[in-house]
Amino acid sequence: MSETAIAPGFADPGRDSQAVFRAAMMAMARPGTICKLPVALDAPAPLAPGTAALALALCDFETPIWLDPALATEADVAGFLKFHTGAPIVVHPNEAAFALVAGANEMPALHRFAPGSLEFPDRSTTLFVQVETLRKDGGWRLSGPGIAGRAHLSAAPLPPTFLDELKANHAVFPRGVDIYFVAGHRIAALPRAILIDS
Amino acid sequence: MSAVGPTSAKGAAPPHPAAPRPPSPDGRRTGGADGYNFAYLDEQTKRMIRRAILKAIAIPGYQVPFASREMPMPYGWGTGGVQITASILGPDDILKVIDQGSDDTTNAVSIRRFFEKTAGIATTTRTREATIIQTRHRIPEEPLADDQVLVYQVPTPEPLRFLEPRETETRKMHALEEYGLMHVKLYEDIARHGHIATTYDYPVKVDGRYLTAPSPTPKFDNPKMHMSPALQLFGAGREKRIYAIAPFTRVVSLDFEDHPFEVNRFERPCALCGADNVYLDEVVLDNSGGRMFVCSDTDFCQERRAAGHAGEMLARAPSFVAGQR
Ligand SMILES: [Zn+2]
Repeated sequence: MSETAIAPGFADPGRDSQAVFRAAMMAMARPGTICKLPVALDAPAPLAPGTAALALALCDFETPIWLDPALATEADVAGFLKFHTGAPIVVHPNEAAFALVAGANEMPALHRFAPGSLEFPDRSTTLFVQVETLRKDGGWRLSGPGIAGRAHLSAAPLPPTFLDELKANHAVFPRGVDIYFVAGHRIAALPRAILIDS
Repeated sequence: MSAVGPTSAKGAAPPHPAAPRPPSPDGRRTGGADGYNFAYLDEQTKRMIRRAILKAIAIPGYQVPFASREMPMPYGWGTGGVQITASILGPDDILKVIDQGSDDTTNAVSIRRFFEKTAGIATTTRTREATIIQTRHRIPEEPLADDQVLVYQVPTPEPLRFLEPRETETRKMHALEEYGLMHVKLYEDIARHGHIATTYDYPVKVDGRYLTAPSPTPKFDNPKMHMSPALQLFGAGREKRIYAIAPFTRVVSLDFEDHPFEVNRFERPCALCGADNVYLDEVVLDNSGGRMFVCSDTDFCQERRAAGHAGEMLARAPSFVAGQR
């Protein structure tokens, strides 16, 4: 597939990056809220349009990207990301500034990504986890910064151990990873500061 | 690790608009078609700042280091806040800028003009109309809404700096949540003055974890930070730090059981609009000691007067205080 033309990125890179970032910022500030990304990208499968938009808005030569096996086996995906962002692709999850996951069912445990250090908890991985369903009811009960009272979020499919991994991730705060769930072009954030029970 | 260099694939590139600026280090073109970048900063810088903002929101109160850029204004003029605003701003935003509580000071006016010129965005003095409010010193009196973003210009982001000058040490103190020194300092205040003397930049604990500087807002405004529906972003340009308080986040001013945190109360209402429980500035009227106390938040005061509220000196106040009537 290497002879295929690389799919186009943002039509207006400055404007589109800002619009996508702003949605991502509001999602991060309001965990459990589902935001629609305002930009549709025709990304190479199995990269979701929302994941592609987040990557193009946030990644560049300074941010190593890790691809899960489902994405890594499609050469077009790495080609698309490298071409549009210049980001290096890394082999180990804990080297990644951003980790992109299309096969959420079989994703590595969260503790295998970079949690940052106590001195520099920002040196951590942000995950874009693609799911089929993303709803703001049922599922997990969330509380903490960004949430007035409680919020609910359900995302599927995910590994059976995922809830325990989320709790363990929160338990090492201020270390830990931050997650964007992506369904099509809809996103919801789950930062490490959020307490999860269900 | 060697980063992947500029993208150079031939034939597959989507057409770029003609760009007068050279490409940024990652090979992307950054210029707008009309000769400069939207909101001044190049796209690579904005991406870096945006990533720092996301981390700051995810770790409330933690100071994220960022590669602060030179801005076409001196440090002390809010370059940290300006870089945040430039990085989050979109064409549909409506920006308000205040210094102290006023939209009309030189600093506020020049920052507002800077964004009108470089981003072509709309500006306002009305708190309610603004989507982004950049501030030095004050939080508006009118409660903020949950779709608003408050951007603080911060000169001194590290609340422990005056107790411990070494960055490696303060970083360790934050890592281990060792904030005893700050309590000792505040307690020494009590021993010396009978109360905690700090009235500006009064330290807060964010979500029960990070000691954080509201810098340099008066402690009068500290309670407004607690569970605010608005997202609060803090930028320190010279010190190269960004931090954040997510909406609906617990923000507690440090205190002691026998000396609870108290805001400064004003004994009188605003002389122009009659508002109680607002932050007042003293205005000297003449050389013979005449003075009055008026809202520091000029938009709040004007809106109240427009709605028919009147303070005891409204009719007599000179126009340099009361504005045109
Ligand atoms: Zn007033």
